[in-house]
Amino acid sequence: MKQLLSLLVRDQAGVLNRISGLFLRRGYNIDSITVGCSERPGLSRMTIVLDVEDKKAAEQVKKQLHKQIDVLKVIDLTERSVVARELALIRVNASMAERAEIDHIIQPFRARILDVGRSSVTIEVTGGSEKIDALIELLRPYGIKELARTGLTAFARELDVGQEAEMKDIIGTA
Amino acid sequence: MAKTAAEPTEPEGAKEQRLLTGAEILIEALKREGVDVLFGYPGGAVLNVYDALYDAGIAHVLTRHEQGAIHAAEGYARISGRPGVVIATSGPGATNLMTGLTDAMLDSLPLVVITGQVGTNVMGSDAFQEAPIFSMSMPVTKYNYQVRHPREIARVVREAFHIATTGRPGPVLIDLPKDVTIQQAPYVEAEALDLPGYQPTVVPNALQLGKLSTAIARAVKPVILAGAGVLHARASELLVAFAERTGIPVVHTLLGLGAMPATHPLFLGMGGMHGTVVANRALYECDLLINIGARFDDRLTGNPKHFAPKAVVAHIDIDPAEIGKIVHTHIPIVGDAKAALERLLAMPIDPPKADAWRAYLKRVAEAHPFWYVKTGDLKPQRVVELIDEMTEGRAIVTTDVGQHQMWAAQYYRFRRPHRWVTSGGLGTMGFGFPAAIGAKIAAREETVIAVVGDAGFQMTMQELALLKEYDLGVKIIILNNFALGMVRQWQELFYAKRYSESLLPFQPDYVKLAEAYGIAGYAVSTEDALTRLLEKHLFDDAPVLIDCRVSPGENVLPMIPPGKGLHEIVGTQPPEGAADVVYRFGSSGIAGQEVSAP
Repeated sequence: MKQLLSLLVRDQAGVLNRISGLFLRRGYNIDSITVGCSERPGLSRMTIVLDVEDKKAAEQVKKQLHKQIDVLKVIDLTERSVVARELALIRVNASMAERAEIDHIIQPFRARILDVGRSSVTIEVTGGSEKIDALIELLRPYGIKELARTGLTAFARELDVGQEAEMKDIIGTA
Repeated sequence: MAKTAAEPTEPEGAKEQRLLTGAEILIEALKREGVDVLFGYPGGAVLNVYDALYDAGIAHVLTRHEQGAIHAAEGYARISGRPGVVIATSGPGATNLMTGLTDAMLDSLPLVVITGQVGTNVMGSDAFQEAPIFSMSMPVTKYNYQVRHPREIARVVREAFHIATTGRPGPVLIDLPKDVTIQQAPYVEAEALDLPGYQPTVVPNALQLGKLSTAIARAVKPVILAGAGVLHARASELLVAFAERTGIPVVHTLLGLGAMPATHPLFLGMGGMHGTVVANRALYECDLLINIGARFDDRLTGNPKHFAPKAVVAHIDIDPAEIGKIVHTHIPIVGDAKAALERLLAMPIDPPKADAWRAYLKRVAEAHPFWYVKTGDLKPQRVVELIDEMTEGRAIVTTDVGQHQMWAAQYYRFRRPHRWVTSGGLGTMGFGFPAAIGAKIAAREETVIAVVGDAGFQMTMQELALLKEYDLGVKIIILNNFALGMVRQWQELFYAKRYSESLLPFQPDYVKLAEAYGIAGYAVSTEDALTRLLEKHLFDDAPVLIDCRVSPGENVLPMIPPGKGLHEIVGTQPPEGAADVVYRFGSSGIAGQEVSAP
């Protein structure tokens, strides 16, 4: 099953190594991990998507993270209503003739073209991981030359009413 | 992204303060933590530290290998309850500590380990004796530091001791670049500890304790599984009082041995792979299992599917990550064993109606003692028994890992806590002898016996040099079966007797070896000769080495084969027709004694 965690960690040398090393040692698969500063100076926020075996493993992950001295807070967003976004840059082969077509494809995704070259265009798209997967599939026939994804970053919603996306809609099911 | 922490700002008035080198600040900070002995080995990157140590008035034990230093520090920590402090140089000095760090991590021993590092100006350039110790030691320490400025040293040392000794104890490493040890700074007194992510829960939740007391009142087949957490919390007396109050029998883990006296009528012995039949039976059949400070290691549980299958499981542990990790737990209680037992003893708990259960366990214990067959040569079990009888279970005993370790655990009847030093989690060959050196330094007035195997002893025997030099009356008992005994046993039982690289027909002459290091050495192959030697040498304060040539091919039994459940224990009876069988209750105090209701 997929597990979405948000961590508040001390901004110390080696903290990313500490966290990723923990996953490696205990055999948890990381789908994505993003790190950046948080609202509090000296603290970073990590957003981690893991592929864990079951609920017991998910519980164990949280406890092992809590045990880390540099980890102040572990928030499990897996079953909560969240706002979650990922950004992708996609460079697609695009002849002059194809560009209008590509433009039409990306419009419903609210993606946009960032850079135009002689033989390709670079597209930026933001959204849940499934939305990005879908756009990539639609663009694949043109030939994807380069692809870069940031991984998911997320918050819990202030009002946890579960009206929008469930986790599985954002990161897909296992 | 994570980046190096900002340099701390100088406090008011710092300008007038005397400047010290980083090395001097380190020594001063160690003194303020009350450190009076260091275990270490010098080298290029720690020359400044050793220079500051030269006239600092802190004792330093120079081992002959860094591994010896860290195992000695572990033995010291286990006996004294205080953190063992280790110093090694960069690169190979520090990499030689990895086994000890991992050992201390798995067995929750408080250590503060200081490693030199190459100067910050060359770090990352594959400089001479450079190794990435900060990242290498990360997964095998409770926490670690790399210091970048001398002003940080005092704070880091204070935090390191706090982290190593509180909550679930463990090793903390401080990596110290050489230039940081020579740069000058004022001694910046560490203010209040600033570790917002580290707040161990000591006091258990009253509601959870209430659930446990209800479960106790309802149980008819309760058992306590007590591990090293009881010892770390210095709660042995409370454990015994709680068992007596409630009449609940106690099983110990390997590392828990000694918390309850082995001769106590509620004591069932050690559980697990080579535990007593009665301890394993109790763990299998119980309807309430109260785990206090044990982590359900696989050598204890056997196949977890068959572990305490009918029981309500309660687990008291200072480390919440241990609860529910292996065995599904119904009553999780996060907290210190001492704090939990104090509160439980203050609660009006109805003792469970367990008369029939205790009587049953007593019958099981009496029907299934340990056994061995006399074969005319010296039995390893008998060696441990003799030592137990002569020391009345009161000596400090250290071991490596393997057959000799299991025989020591089975036959040495520990009457007192904090007298048993063994490598449990990591199972480190070569641990026992240097650990005995550290134990002796922690308790010079005690009899310290290193029971080691011939293979393990050869891994760290260079530390023999210390016995004479530091006047350490450690008694070395080698259970010499000319083999890697436990490897040989598994090959006999599970690999069709294909003894691949497990036999050691060539051995050094240990008597001459002892003499070479200036201590008395003997080789014996009979019980009489051994008895005479022990009578002569066990109670003085001089070191001695006794090479006990024991029955080759002897196996540790009973045994729960790997992957099997507690109920699938084998080797509980001697082979049919075996003559001259010796039966012993070993450390199973319930057998042969009256067990009364509380």
